[in-house]
This record gives sequence, C-alpha cells and structure tokens, in this order.
Amino acid sequence: MPRETIELPYEVERLTILGEDGEVDEELVPDLDDDTLLRFHRTMLLARRFDERLLKLQRQGRIGTFAPVSGQEAAQIGSAACLEEADWMVPSFRETAAALWRGTPASALVLYAAGYNEGAAIPEDAHDFPIAIPVASQIPHAVGLAYGSKYRDAGEVVLVYFGDGATSEGDFHEALNFAGTYGTPNVFLCQNNHWAISVPRETQTAAKTLAQKGLAYGIPGIQVDGNDVLAVYAATREAVERARSGEGATLVECVTYRLSVHTTADDPSKYRDEEEVEEWKKRDPITRLQTYLESRDLLSEEDVDDLEEEIAGEVEKAWEEAEKRMEELGDPADMFDHHYAETPPHLEAQRERWTDG
Amino acid sequence: MTEAVETRTTTYREAMREAIREALQRDERVFLMGEDVGRYGGTFGVSRGLLEEFGEERIRDTPLSEGGFVGAGIGAAIGGMRPIVEVMTVNFSLLALDQIMNNAATLLHMSGGQINVPLVIRMTTGGGRQLAAQHSHSLEGWYAHIPGIRVLAPATLEDARGMLGPALEDPDPVIIFEHGSLYNMESELDGDAPPVDLTSAGVRREGDDITLVTYGGTLPTTLAAADELAGSGIAAEVIDLRSLRPLDTETILASVRKTRRAVVIDEGWRTGSISAEISARIVEGAFFELDAPIARVCSAEVPMPYAKHMEDAALPQVADVVAAAREVVGSRP
Ligand SMILES: Cc1ncc(C[n+]2csc(CCOP(=O)(O)OP(=O)(O)O)c2C)c(N)n1
Ligand SMILES: [Mg+2]
Repeated sequence: MPRETIELPYEVERLTILGEDGEVDEELVPDLDDDTLLRFHRTMLLARRFDERLLKLQRQGRIGTFAPVSGQEAAQIGSAACLEEADWMVPSFRETAAALWRGTPASALVLYAAGYNEGAAIPEDAHDFPIAIPVASQIPHAVGLAYGSKYRDAGEVVLVYFGDGATSEGDFHEALNFAGTYGTPNVFLCQNNHWAISVPRETQTAAKTLAQKGLAYGIPGIQVDGNDVLAVYAATREAVERARSGEGATLVECVTYRLSVHTTADDPSKYRDEEEVEEWKKRDPITRLQTYLESRDLLSEEDVDDLEEEIAGEVEKAWEEAEKRMEELGDPADMFDHHYAETPPHLEAQRERWTDG
Repeated sequence: MTEAVETRTTTYREAMREAIREALQRDERVFLMGEDVGRYGGTFGVSRGLLEEFGEERIRDTPLSEGGFVGAGIGAAIGGMRPIVEVMTVNFSLLALDQIMNNAATLLHMSGGQINVPLVIRMTTGGGRQLAAQHSHSLEGWYAHIPGIRVLAPATLEDARGMLGPALEDPDPVIIFEHGSLYNMESELDGDAPPVDLTSAGVRREGDDITLVTYGGTLPTTLAAADELAGSGIAAEVIDLRSLRPLDTETILASVRKTRRAVVIDEGWRTGSISAEISARIVEGAFFELDAPIARVCSAEVPMPYAKHMEDAALPQVADVVAAAREVVGSRP
C-alpha cells in the first residue's frame, strides 16, 4: 500500500520573444512578413488612439460606459491575427483591438458605446460573437461552437477571450472541463491584466499561474508575456494549429496590464498605486513593437508621425459616421425589435402603445 | 425614556452603510463579503470606509464567483456566523440562483426543520443608470416568487437604515433589494434610527380617490405622480409594499376598499410580475368594492435599452403613472 507520487505530464512554460528594450530572441521569432508586422503595429496604435478618443467622448457625455483596451493591444492583436476568417472570435467586453483586427468598423464600436445596439450588429459573414457582459458566460458558448465545428468537420477553430477575474467563475471551469473531455478545437485566451475591477490577481486565486488551471482538465497551458506581440502570436499560433489538427484545446495566459480605468464608471485611484501603472507604462506593448520595427528599418519616426495623422483622421471619421447614424436611429419604439426572430403580437401591441404615446 | 436624538440630512447610501456598520459593531458574528466591497468600497459605494474600520476579516473582497460566495455565505450562516453577502447587481445574482433557491430557501425543509439559514443577501436592482441589457433589470418579483426567503425592498432612508438589523435577526434567509436610483436620495433621518418592522406595507401618502401601489425604485416616481394628481384634484393614496414576500395584503385591501380604484406601479416586466400578483389579490379580496378595472404601469418587455432616451421610454415614468391614474379615475362605474 505505498504512498507514491503520480507523475503529471505538466509544466507551464513562459514565453517572451520581444524584450522590454525591443531586443528579440532571434531563435524564437515567428515567421511573419514585414507587412503583417506593420499591420500589427498600425492596428495596435489605432486601438490605442481610438480608446483615448472614446474616453474623451464619454467624459463629454456623448457616449455611455465602455471598457478601455489600453495596455492590452498586443495580447489581442497577436492572438486575433492567428485566426483565419472562418475561425471564430468570441469576445468578452474589452476586445476593441481584436474586433478592429477582425474588421469591425470603428464607427460601429462608437455607435454601440453610445447606446445603440445597431452598433453591435456583426458584419455579414463575420465569425465573431457579440460582447458578453456576464463575466465568463461566453466561455461555454465557445466550447459548444467548437464542438459543432468538430462534429461537422468544418475545421473552424474557436478562440475565446476572457480576463483573470473570469477564471474564478464556474463557467470557466465547466467550459475547460467540457473542452477537455470532448477534445474541442478551442483556444482559451486569458488576458491576465492583473485586475478585476478593484480585485488584484492575488486575491482572485492562490495559484501561481492562471495557465496551470488547464492541468486539472487535461488541457495544456502556457503563459506568455502579453505585452510582447510576437510571443502572443507564436503561442497562439501553436494553440490554433493544435486545435485545427485535432489535438484539442489550449489555455493561453497573456500576462498584461490594464493601463486605464476598468470602465468609465470606475476610479482606480481608490485601489491601486499610480507607481504600479507607471511601471507598466514602461512595458508598453506598442512602444516595444515600434522600437523593434525601427531597429529593423521597417518604420521611421516620420512614418510614425504620418501614421498618427492618418489614424487621427480615421478616428474622427468613425465618430462622424456614428454621429450621423445616431440621428437616424433611436426611435424608442425600436426597443421592441430583435427579441424574437419575428416580433410576436404581444410585443407588437406594446410597440403600438408606445408609438401612440 | 430615551434621550432625544437629533435628526440630520443624509443619503440612502449612507443610511445603508450605517446599518452595516452598526451590525458589525453589535455582533461579532457579522461580516460582509462580495465583489469589490473592500478596497473599492462596493460598486455603488455602500461599504466605503468599512474595510479601514473593521479590517479584512470582516470586510472581504471575494473572487469573482457569485455561486461560490453566496454558497459560502449559506455555509457560514449555518455554522453560526451572520454573513451579509453583497451581490453587485440582480442580473449577476442569477449565477447564484441555485444557491439561493435550491439551497438557502430549501435547507430547512431538506433537514427536517433542523437547519436554518440566517443569511442576508443585499443586491442592487433596477435601471435608469444607462447600464444596459445585462445589468439593469428589476427582478425582485422573481425572488418574491420563492417560498422560504424573505424579500425586502427598502425605498426610504428609514428602511435603508432600519431593515438590516431585524433581517440579520431573522433565522431565515433575507434578500434586500437596493434600487440603484435611490442611493443618492437625501432626506432627514432620526439619529437613533430605530429598527423597523419587516412585514407591513407603508402608507406613504393618504388620499381618498385612488390607491397607487408600488415599491423600491418606483416609490419616488409614484409620489411625484401623486403630487401632480393632487394639482388636478385627485387625491391619491400611495402604498409602499416594503416587503415583497410576505406581502401585506391587508394594507393594500384596506386602501382599495376606501378609494375603490387602484394602479400598480412595478419596474419589473408586466407578464408574470409582482404587479400581477397584487392585482390578483385585489380582485380576490375587494372585487365588489372596485369602481374601475385595475391598471398597471410596468417596464416595456424588452432587455433594457442602453441609450438614455430609450431607457427612459422603457421605464415607468411620472407621466405614465399620472396618465394611468387619470384613466382609472375617469372611468365611471
Ligand atoms: C457574472 C458577473 N459578475 C460581476 C460582473 C461585474 N464585473 C464586470 S467586469 C468585472 C471584472 C472582470 O475582471 P476580469 O475577468 O479580470 O476582466 P477585465 O475586466 O480585467 O478585462 C466584474 C466583476 C459581471 N459583469 N458579471
Ligand atoms: Mg482582469
């Protein structure tokens, strides 16, 4: 009756390719052409500037509450870039950069932030899900979606985003367990941005990493430097390939940081030190990539200036387009749309009452 | 004789905080737990400052797991503690519904009368704050459907201050709904703030012409409507239910017998709502005394719209209550 150790074939790797100083580990650099690298940079910068503009609009009372992405651009672009068009992207509520990469027009995102559900409409044929506010509730959806893909032999991989806080919800654990037993083609992409509103990562779990949470469910986990777009890309691509080749799901923990407020309803000065934020600003994912691209002569200071100007114009245009659409939308009677495939008589009756005043 | 204590002006939020503070001071078994209740002071600021005053053992930030911390609250209550569990909003309490209904409300029965669950759950409810379709509903009526729990809806500062103490003394589970639009409400409050009874409805305004029955977030709306009605010579009586389970049917019926007319104002969705229950009780108990059909003012039966003007359109407004009351008064037998 011995007491023995069970060998678990499990280890958690941590991957960094592009260091804080912009130096790379040449051995590990993923195979990416120059244009793609420049697109990474451009979309990350666009997401950042867009965020800043939305924050201003919110402060002016022109749009409602939204969750800024600043600081997490590499985690989102590096991962979303691994998906084919037919693969599925299932977001939580902070995936602005991933949505922009996947082709959601910036004007739609503004429209949604201004309170118009028309802005949440997913572009035709896009394999993206709507945002999910109840934390972690989208993770099981991603598993079901992937099960369907496997069943139909569709070859579509499903990547689902969620935060560090989400790993405490039952939905997260149930979804991983389900994916493990069914061998579904999923990538569970956790953006560990260190905070769940005011609750720090250490209060969320006593585990050393979030990546190791795959262990109990028979799913490999890897931790990556989430501010290193090359590492995020490399790790996610491996995970996507595993999924596509029928080897099942992977949990990817991107260690990153929420540089801004949780949402515009939040005031982080109540619970976190500005020094911590300053430390993370030094690890800014955009600066890091920019330094690398400059060192490879793919980008010059002038290019960046031009790009900034171009992006400013694009952000302005997105707001103007959204504003114009808002003038056409927002008839209160529209609130009765989109609750059933066909609006049933009892809701039509309510709509009429509202319309008659 | 108790000493005369001064009244002062305060807010609903502060009244609630004082109630929690007093409970913590009075009984060592009491502790507060929930998401962001500690360092952040609660999403709606109710517990601000309590962490500094009482320490981490008694003001506990939890991991993001509603099912987990409500379940842990049940266990702690059974084990002799007196937990106050805060759930951020009623929408997220649905993740804990199994714990609330299948467990908290049922364990006394399942244990053959052995195990009481003296748990208090507080949560924010309701719309009007542009928090959209997954944050803003008014589901008090659903909870009132569940036997085995007590459901309270404090709508005044006295109740915000006075309900928690007796709720903690109740051997059974109690849910307290705090409507988000009430937190900044200001009024005078007695310094000694006595505990209040948890079973009777309150008559917030007397009148002979029509009874307006409401609770929680729509009490201010209804009182404003009563003011407006008074301007055109209609004296409305306003009943604040205070407790949604059990319901104080007698107070409602006594008023309706006097006024012979009733409008029920409920921020929940109309179909299958607590407003339907109240209408049914009026019909069961005072049918022959009614001079007109009962009317209801409820929210549009849609997920809460996000844009401000659309959300306003979806929620019961003063003008809606006034119009409904006028119509009921206008219809002669
Ligand atoms: C089920 C549920 N509980 C509570 C909330 C309120 N809430 C919104 S976001 C959030 C924190 C989420 O943290 P994390 O998963 O780390 O994602 P992040 O916000 O950092 O991107 C909380 C508690 C919610 N939306 N859903
Ligand atoms: Mg987080």
